[in-house]
Amino acid sequence: MSGDAGNVNHPVGLSIRNGSKFYPGTQALKNVDFDLRMGAVNVLVGENGAGKSTLMKVIAGVEKLNGGIIEMNGEQVVFSDKADAVHHGIGIVFQELNLFPNLTVTENIFIGHEKTKAGIHIDRAAQTDAARVLMKRLEQNIDPETPLGNLRIGQQQIVEIAKALAGNANILILDEPTSALSAAEVDVLFRVIEDLKGQGVGIVYISHRLEELIRIGDYITVLRDGVITGARPMKGVDIAWIVSNMIGSVSKDFPRAVDHPLGDEVFRVEDICLQGPAGALAVNHVSLSVRAGEIVGLYGLMGAGRSELLECIMAQHPQSTGELFIEGKPVRERNVSGRIRRGLALIPEDRKRDGLVQIMAIRENLTLSSLRDFTRGIYLSLADEAGKAGEFVKRLAIKISDMEHPVSSLSGGNQQKVVIGKALMTRPKILLMDEPSRGIDIGAKAEIFRTMRRLAADGLGILFVTSDLEEVLALSDRVLVMASGRLTGSFPSGADPADVISAATPNQRKVAVS
Amino acid sequence: MSSITTNTKAPASGRSSTLLLLLKMRTLLALFLVFLFFAVMAPNFLSAANVLIISKHVALNAFLAIGMTFVIIAGGIDLSVGSIVGLCAMVAGYLVLYGIDLGIGWSIQFNTIEICLIVLVVGALIGVLNGLLITKLNVAPFIATLGTLYVARGAALLFSDGRTFPNLNGNPEYGSASFPWIGVGSLLGIPVAIWILAAVAVIAAYIATRTPLGRHIYAVGGNERGAALSGVNVGRVKIFVYMFSGLCAALVGLIIASQLQASHPATGETFELNAIAAAVLGGTSMSGGRGRIGGTLIGAFVIGILADGLIMMGVSAFWQTVIKGMVIIAAVVIDQFQQKIQARVILHQQTS
Repeated sequence: MSGDAGNVNHPVGLSIRNGSKFYPGTQALKNVDFDLRMGAVNVLVGENGAGKSTLMKVIAGVEKLNGGIIEMNGEQVVFSDKADAVHHGIGIVFQELNLFPNLTVTENIFIGHEKTKAGIHIDRAAQTDAARVLMKRLEQNIDPETPLGNLRIGQQQIVEIAKALAGNANILILDEPTSALSAAEVDVLFRVIEDLKGQGVGIVYISHRLEELIRIGDYITVLRDGVITGARPMKGVDIAWIVSNMIGSVSKDFPRAVDHPLGDEVFRVEDICLQGPAGALAVNHVSLSVRAGEIVGLYGLMGAGRSELLECIMAQHPQSTGELFIEGKPVRERNVSGRIRRGLALIPEDRKRDGLVQIMAIRENLTLSSLRDFTRGIYLSLADEAGKAGEFVKRLAIKISDMEHPVSSLSGGNQQKVVIGKALMTRPKILLMDEPSRGIDIGAKAEIFRTMRRLAADGLGILFVTSDLEEVLALSDRVLVMASGRLTGSFPSGADPADVISAATPNQRKVAVS
Repeated sequence: MSSITTNTKAPASGRSSTLLLLLKMRTLLALFLVFLFFAVMAPNFLSAANVLIISKHVALNAFLAIGMTFVIIAGGIDLSVGSIVGLCAMVAGYLVLYGIDLGIGWSIQFNTIEICLIVLVVGALIGVLNGLLITKLNVAPFIATLGTLYVARGAALLFSDGRTFPNLNGNPEYGSASFPWIGVGSLLGIPVAIWILAAVAVIAAYIATRTPLGRHIYAVGGNERGAALSGVNVGRVKIFVYMFSGLCAALVGLIIASQLQASHPATGETFELNAIAAAVLGGTSMSGGRGRIGGTLIGAFVIGILADGLIMMGVSAFWQTVIKGMVIIAAVVIDQFQQKIQARVILHQQTS
């Protein structure tokens, strides 16, 4: 775990020179130089959207560079696809598990590269033996014949790692491997990583848990907005150094907070609990309140329980417990439409899956939650509906050529505006927004932030979830932090970013900061 | 400036728009072509008597297809309609013949309207049962309705131990003598069944386009999670569409029993497949969220005219089946094509 071993012991196994990657509308990587050292843990850190995952996808052959080159052992290589990268000895464990719960552990490990006799007959015995050896190497007491679905998430993560190792990887990329692991499992994983390091494997380790990075890393690379802002051996690195490189000094263009007086408390939740799938509480006795005209930012890492909290508020988990109050009056409605009527509205995190009916027209999506307003008896007035939809299109400056086009024909930013329009049309008192800026370009982001400010100035209470530290600090009147299902911090606007980050770190261990 | 851009882009987008219009009208076009073809090729095809016979055949399938359209738009499937037709025909026959035996030497007899109402309620209840299985017990629609397909068919057979209820002429004493009128009577020269179909079609089209319920049906089929989060009561919408489908099937059962003045427990076998075919031919998307009642009606007519016309031309029944299958496949292939063109046209309009 020492960064002072020197470059001699840690030769560069793969390097990227001047790498650039464009997506429509954005540049995810800007002239990146990255060295991956063998026999060491190369940690990669940065905010969501900083380009970490893109960089790793490039190395794993999932994405191709638009500019720049990849070198391995002094020779330029081009990976045509993931299989090609595997052939070069690169294994990757993605953040989301890519496993089949209906197949056994063995079958999962060898999926896509089954051991066969004569190319058609799967050699079960050989596969099972190999899987057993891998499990032993990973110190796991898992029977290779058990169906994967029977394992805990942490064990499944180990299987995913075994899968990468089965391809004889000498470069192993781990994208947030510990986000689903218990403390004991993290220790096992770290032992395995030490082991692999000893065998000369080069490991890339991505995580948001800064203490963890300092504990395990040998080299650190910090990314911000597609640019590498810091790269050095881990020796002497502390959290303050990481945070300052992650966030930088130049602020993005966020709208200035308009000063307006906050009203009375408009919304309060008390003691919300939700049982998670793993047995622990996904939302652990959370209580909070929002005042009229106030923007409350809810910050935390993935899996901290923020989205689950919003889902509980929006009646998506009938088994959840706790109480809601709107303007002091308890909310007893158990279904979504009842809660919408009481003045709650949700902008879901996943627009495609939860926010919109893609094949329906823009007008129909906008009015879906408020059809009642245009209905007399059972007759739906299409003229009233079109009028109201047109009004919201104008108010939110949604760029469309025709309201009758399917909503799927719009860009991400405009789709998000349609979702917001749908929520606002119900005349809510509290707007719940889950990652409102995800997957949209900078211009649309700024516009949505301005809209949020304006709505707050009009007296709406806003509770929004984000994983973007800068965003939460710039937009919120008050920042709440969640970790492992609990509320772990509350900060006024203008709080110290380092405090917010450390509140968001789950299972806090004290780390000596040099 | 804007006029110039419009001008330069007009030819390309104009051509696609014309093509799109043609594609959108394809079912109507197909109906027209099929009609024209048989008018020329089949003798007596255009005679008034023949047109009435064909429309009566079409009506039966059209009822089921309308109910099926709602179910498919909401993202489901209803395989049980044919069996519901059979069961409801048996219920109608039993009520006309025996009434309800109270088991104490007395029986309750019903007049025609009461019989109709009871049969419709039976059909609707079976539909509600489908809906409850799907929403409350989370059974996949295909399986749930496959189950009710067998149960309802079995129940129909049990009603009479597999025998036919003959001579359903009704009894003037009980006020059920008008029972045969539903199937064979006519108003203003048009069969009663056609009038009923017109009424059902208008109501269904109204629900689909002009009520919140209709909008919710499309939303549930387009994105169930999204609809639920927007405050749509997904369970209630689903139960409604299966109930409506059951109701349509009950109507068909009544009409058939009345037309034949007899009810046989095997009535309506494989009707569900014809209903699905008509809906798909009419542009209903099997993945949900898209479809129109008008389209389904035209689809039912295409299938009906094709079947009867081929019979009149003396084409073998085996070939008829092959042709029907090919028409359905062609319809879906063209539909895919239309979706592509449509997306292109919209893109054009947005860039211009």
